[in-house]
Amino acid sequence: MSQPNVVLHVADVHKRFGGLHALADIDLQVEEGQTHAIIGPNGAGKSTLLNVIIGKLAPSSGQVVFDGASLTGRKPYQINQLGIARVFQTPEIFAELSVLHNVMIPALAKRDGAFKLNMFRSLESEIGIRQEAEDMLEDVGMLGRRDMAAGSLSRGDKRRMELAMCLIQHPRLLLLDEPTAGMSRHDTNTTIELLKKIKSRGMTKVIIEHDMHVVFSLADKISVLAQGRIIADGTPDQVRGNPKVQEAYLGGAH
Amino acid sequence: MAAMPRNDLLLFLGFTLVVLAMPIWLQPFGAAYPDLLQRFMIFGIFAVGFNILFGLTGYLSFGHAAFFGVGSYAAVWSFKLLSLDVIPALIFAIVVSGVFALVIGFISLRRSGIYFSILTLAFAQMSYNMAYSVLTPITNGETGLQLTLSDPRYLDRAIFEAVPGQPVPTLLGQSLGGFAGFYFCAGFLIIAFFIAQRITGSPFGMMLKGIKTNQTRMHYTGFNTKPYTLAAFVISGMYAGLAGALLAVTDPLAGAERMQWTASGEVVLMTILGGAGTLVGPVIGAWLIKYFENIFSAINDSILRRFFDFLPDGVDSAMVTVASKFVGEGWFLTLGLVFVIIVIFLPGGIMEGVRRIAHLFNRAPKAPGKANPQPQPAE
Ligand SMILES: Nc1ncnc2c1ncn2[C@@H]1O[C@H](COP(=O)(O)OP(=O)(O)O)[C@@H](O)[C@H]1O
Ligand SMILES: [Mg+2]
Repeated sequence: MSQPNVVLHVADVHKRFGGLHALADIDLQVEEGQTHAIIGPNGAGKSTLLNVIIGKLAPSSGQVVFDGASLTGRKPYQINQLGIARVFQTPEIFAELSVLHNVMIPALAKRDGAFKLNMFRSLESEIGIRQEAEDMLEDVGMLGRRDMAAGSLSRGDKRRMELAMCLIQHPRLLLLDEPTAGMSRHDTNTTIELLKKIKSRGMTKVIIEHDMHVVFSLADKISVLAQGRIIADGTPDQVRGNPKVQEAYLGGAH
Repeated sequence: MAAMPRNDLLLFLGFTLVVLAMPIWLQPFGAAYPDLLQRFMIFGIFAVGFNILFGLTGYLSFGHAAFFGVGSYAAVWSFKLLSLDVIPALIFAIVVSGVFALVIGFISLRRSGIYFSILTLAFAQMSYNMAYSVLTPITNGETGLQLTLSDPRYLDRAIFEAVPGQPVPTLLGQSLGGFAGFYFCAGFLIIAFFIAQRITGSPFGMMLKGIKTNQTRMHYTGFNTKPYTLAAFVISGMYAGLAGALLAVTDPLAGAERMQWTASGEVVLMTILGGAGTLVGPVIGAWLIKYFENIFSAINDSILRRFFDFLPDGVDSAMVTVASKFVGEGWFLTLGLVFVIIVIFLPGGIMEGVRRIAHLFNRAPKAPGKANPQPQPAE
């Protein structure tokens, strides 16, 4: 059923929390190289959908297929090693470590795999990894803060660093949960530029975003989620013109 | 070794020098005698290893004395069955405590936080109780396991024609009494410190710090954290086993009290007192606790009476009564008080105090009074 260029297929996924039907009959296909936006009001189930994809939550029924392989029953670290990285809605970072080390750790995960007992190698001698991390920080405009403790960064910088932590792994699929939330207009624009740059490198992305400016300037396809269901999907123009969407979501936002 | 960063090398050389010169610089403190110096080394090793699990990885074990005790028993058994030479004893002790830590770690690490701590405590208490009961054939129960002239010592008997007279542990035939014993243990502390330093500065050590800071992020970054935490657990268990074995070398009588929860708690105190997560902190914590234990527990009522003699009658005996609660057997009360004070005023331990003082000196000449606009750097 999956076409060859479908990287991610969320197939008939349901997720219940007790009586709450947080995800109902979600069917979603993300094609290689595309940026797929998911929009919808608060509590619609957007973050829950990402949680199911990365293995933080198991779906109540249905399955997620990545690159032809089912993700059911796989642990979060295995799913990451398959090539899925995620930026969280509230940054998940190593607050006590330096910015540089925050970015070096994912690079080591990519190179060395899920476990390696390399305890007699010096981190200082990892010149390649270090260089990679510095280049990445340069890319996101944070090289100057590389020796700071990540916990003392501003909100916007934490997000940007978390993005760098994901990008350095060159994931096949990047999941972004409101990457510009809490950022100033200026920071938002820098982040959009950055995301466009990644897009030109052909990375597949699923992005959750409230800011319509961000969504319409980045997305190839949009799915609209409301109360756990996809109520519309299509190209940005199709979604913009959809009366159901106007009513449920865009009406308030535009 | 060639790739050792300069700062690390300086720290290592400085540490080595301080340790080897202890018989000299501890003289004014009245602590430069071999018996106490050996304990400084042994508990230093114990704390350095404990810090790899607690300070680096963030897992607080309340049962590490179990591995210390197992190391002691294993070493004494090696003396009894194989040879009085310390080398096979140390190897045997490290292997046995490592295997023991692998089993206990495998089970305890299914949980984290307080549940992990409780599990380790439960296992250690179980070991302690078993050493007194069902395992008496191995541990010799309350009497403790000791060397006798009639021990088989198969290896010794196979190699030497004449069986050595007194059953005392030796290193390649050399006695390890007095300062020789100290330098022997000091060598191991220096090696232990070196290995801990390498681990801390390695990619593996970085992963342990990552686990301590945000284990969830480690999972979503592609790491299987189980083997990392288990490796840290086993390594710290082997350090504890080595320390226990060295204690058996200096005093070849292994008793179950070495595994009691107070002994497990003591290494926690040492690490926190000195500064968990730092390299030298735990060693300093171990030295201070062993030093003050030695001083305070030796003070008795007659010493106190002489000390307070200058006070008027009645007052002096009152002072003696109060003070006697804090010395001798009551030394743990003093330790508890000092610990509470440190945790409240210096949560990062003595090393944090050192850092604060260094910080004052560093910026005093530059910008007096002004707050530092730069956010604090990592680590
Ligand atoms: N782990 C959980 N347990 C129970 N309820 C949850 C859990 N995670 C999310 N929910 C609920 O599911 C619904 C969707 O949440 P979420 O996916 O975070 O929405 P959003 O679209 O704003 O990201 C909300 O009602 C939320 O309270
Ligand atoms: Mg959300």
